[in-house]
Amino acid sequence: MEAYTALRQFADSWGLMGMALFFLGVVLFTLRPGAEAQAKEAAQIPLKED
Amino acid sequence: MNYVSETILLAVGTFLALLGAAYAYDSLFAAHMWVLFFVLLVSTVVMLRKISFASAGQASKSRAESEYSDEVIKYGVIATVFWGVVGFLVGVVVALQLAFPDLNIEPWFNFGRVRPLHTSAVIFAFGGNALIATSFYVVQRTCRARLFGGNLAWFVFWGYQLFIVMAATGYLLGITQSREYAEPEWYVDVWLTVVWVAYLLVFLGTILKRKEPHIYVANWFYLGFIVTIAMLHVVNNLAVPVSFLGVKSYSAFAGVQDALTQWWYGHNAVGFFLTAGFLGMMYYFVPKQVNRPVYSYRLSIIHFWALIFMYIWAGPHHLHYTALPDWAQTLGMVFSIMLWMPSWGGMINGLMTLSGAWDKIRTDPIVRMMVMAIAFYGMATFEGPMMSVKAVNSLSHYTDWTIGHVHSGALGWNGMITFGAIYYLTPKLWNRRRLYSLQLVNWHFWLATLGIVVYAAVMWVAGVQQGLMWREYDDQGFLVYSFAESVAAMLPYYVLRAVGGAMFLTGALLMAFNVTMTILGYERRETVPGAAPALQPAE
Amino acid sequence: MGLLDKHHFVERNATLLLVGSLVVVSIGGIVEIAPLFYLENTIEKVEGMRPYSPLELVGRSIYIREGCYVCHSQMIRPFRDEVERYGHYSLAAESMYDHSFQWGSKRTGPDLARVGDRYSNEWHVQHLIEPRDVVPESVMPSYAFLKETPLKVTDVSMELKANRAVGVPYSDEMVASAKADLAAQADPNADTSGLLERYPKAKIGDFDGDTQNLTEMDALIAYLQMLGTLVDFSTYDDAAGYR
Repeated sequence: MEAYTALRQFADSWGLMGMALFFLGVVLFTLRPGAEAQAKEAAQIPLKED
Repeated sequence: MNYVSETILLAVGTFLALLGAAYAYDSLFAAHMWVLFFVLLVSTVVMLRKISFASAGQASKSRAESEYSDEVIKYGVIATVFWGVVGFLVGVVVALQLAFPDLNIEPWFNFGRVRPLHTSAVIFAFGGNALIATSFYVVQRTCRARLFGGNLAWFVFWGYQLFIVMAATGYLLGITQSREYAEPEWYVDVWLTVVWVAYLLVFLGTILKRKEPHIYVANWFYLGFIVTIAMLHVVNNLAVPVSFLGVKSYSAFAGVQDALTQWWYGHNAVGFFLTAGFLGMMYYFVPKQVNRPVYSYRLSIIHFWALIFMYIWAGPHHLHYTALPDWAQTLGMVFSIMLWMPSWGGMINGLMTLSGAWDKIRTDPIVRMMVMAIAFYGMATFEGPMMSVKAVNSLSHYTDWTIGHVHSGALGWNGMITFGAIYYLTPKLWNRRRLYSLQLVNWHFWLATLGIVVYAAVMWVAGVQQGLMWREYDDQGFLVYSFAESVAAMLPYYVLRAVGGAMFLTGALLMAFNVTMTILGYERRETVPGAAPALQPAE
Repeated sequence: MGLLDKHHFVERNATLLLVGSLVVVSIGGIVEIAPLFYLENTIEKVEGMRPYSPLELVGRSIYIREGCYVCHSQMIRPFRDEVERYGHYSLAAESMYDHSFQWGSKRTGPDLARVGDRYSNEWHVQHLIEPRDVVPESVMPSYAFLKETPLKVTDVSMELKANRAVGVPYSDEMVASAKADLAAQADPNADTSGLLERYPKAKIGDFDGDTQNLTEMDALIAYLQMLGTLVDFSTYDDAAGYR
């Protein structure tokens, strides 16, 4: 029970924040200025001849 | 190609099935092993007949390795169409059984055994084959690499068909774990695990040997789907069999833990099998069909991460107001509502891919089908979070509203996007100039759309009425309706629902005909709708 | 060298994607499901819960085999109308020996969590043979074949052992006398004192109206008649049980 409460508190605070930050990082990384050209290029992949 | 070792393995499997039937612990296992025996026996005979006794050099010369391995995808397309028709047909049958209970034929064709057959046939046989076939197609095209593992892809295909046959015959025999959408018993589950690992190997191997530096986002979705389903399947099916030669097993979990495990699985089967995998389809076939890149590639990446982040938490919304602890219910609700954002982000991304080519909705019935699929994706992912709100759920749960919601997602989103992909793939794979008939596609589109609208609307009304009747009090403080009265009130809705389902089935039959004729090389002479539009005055 | 580096990065990328997705999807499961297993207050403490008797357990397997859960829930929610219609709302403890759980998700038919003792055995037999004879509005299929099918269980003690392997507290005595208990519960003339000691409140008697044969109908009705009858709610404290 003690271990559970401690774990749960950790999950509710730092764990949740860590996940949110990771997600935010993914979003920022994806939207960083340098990524645009790369994304444009990747989006063309299906349209090359097959 | 001689497939000697494959044939030997099949023969050994056939023999083992016979042994299983002979030494079975219970009669159901014996019956199921007889089914397996005959399936494997026929397969062995077919394989034996294929053996050619020409020298190895000659045989291989005639089959120069082409750039992509497409033969297995052709089989996949045919299997998708076939199982689709079967699954929809069984759906119409069970719909009619609810309206006219005399249509139940005990014991094998009672509703309780046939409904799992319907759900599994549509989700796993139709949807699963569509996912496997399209993922093999997409991963090769976007990686510029042949499928990894040579004949392993064939093992995945045929192994999966064997899983379907064993699951389906098992349901009718009464072999079930009673876990919704995970009904097959332990030995069939073990087999599926083997097939699924092979699937992961083929898919990941192809990505690893790709020539394209970037991994296209459709493959992310497919990969996420394959990995997550593997995890869900293994955890949810942990069980202890009574005997290794018997059908019965007891779940490793009990009661409330079991319920949460099952709906963690059940909801993510929706989230990853029916959403992530099919989004992979959307991100490839929509750009291909309209011939433009996806609207925002970066949005699609955010869509991916947001979706897999949130979906996995949403399971407890299937257990609102049950004996599940309150905090778990609330957690499920919150994440379900948050899911609305990435879902609509994805929908907008899919729809906006058409920007600058909106006229294609009018001129190309395949594009129209895909757009309708995305629209239904948007509708279902709006309705879902709404139903996960506890107050709404208290009314909608246990009623036909849920059934309507599921079908607007399954028929509208999964069905339509698959039909679009099949219509795209068939001429490509068989090297035909075009489909046999685009007008039939148009008919299919309207039959399917109207069928879904009838179905979803009727079930929505039915569900709300049911929920309200159950909780209606008179001014004396007594319940107004007995349960039986609420059942009787459903009859007109159940009949109409069967009508909607029959329309959808008719559309699928048109597709089967269209695909067959295309494969056979026929082209119907017709003016392609919208190809050369007559000039009209501006409106 | 440059090419090799690039290839290495590419390879890592795909595997990274795989591992990344797996980690992300695992978190939800671990945080949500795992606590239920060692959270003491997931399941409230109640008096009266016991493992299923052999006949009930086998009847339960028939309930599962026929897909009853497709149309009948076993989970009464804490709403006024449901409590009035079906009885006290379901407790987590009441399904603690259910491998798998039978909460269901759809009520095409009524909830069955407390159907035990609500109808007579004769009613159940008639209802299973021809549901519309007793409930004209019913859309339930007929299960007449259950009455014609002799109850065949290869070795019922194996069923108890499998349940014990997943955590149901069947004692050695229960396993040893499983076969005898199975027969005794459906036999009005048998000595059932031992059975009742092992499985308090077990319903005893001929369930299907056919004293000659032990049929699947006997087992299914034995299971239905005990559903929701174990916990004594006159002594249960709602407030203490809230989680």
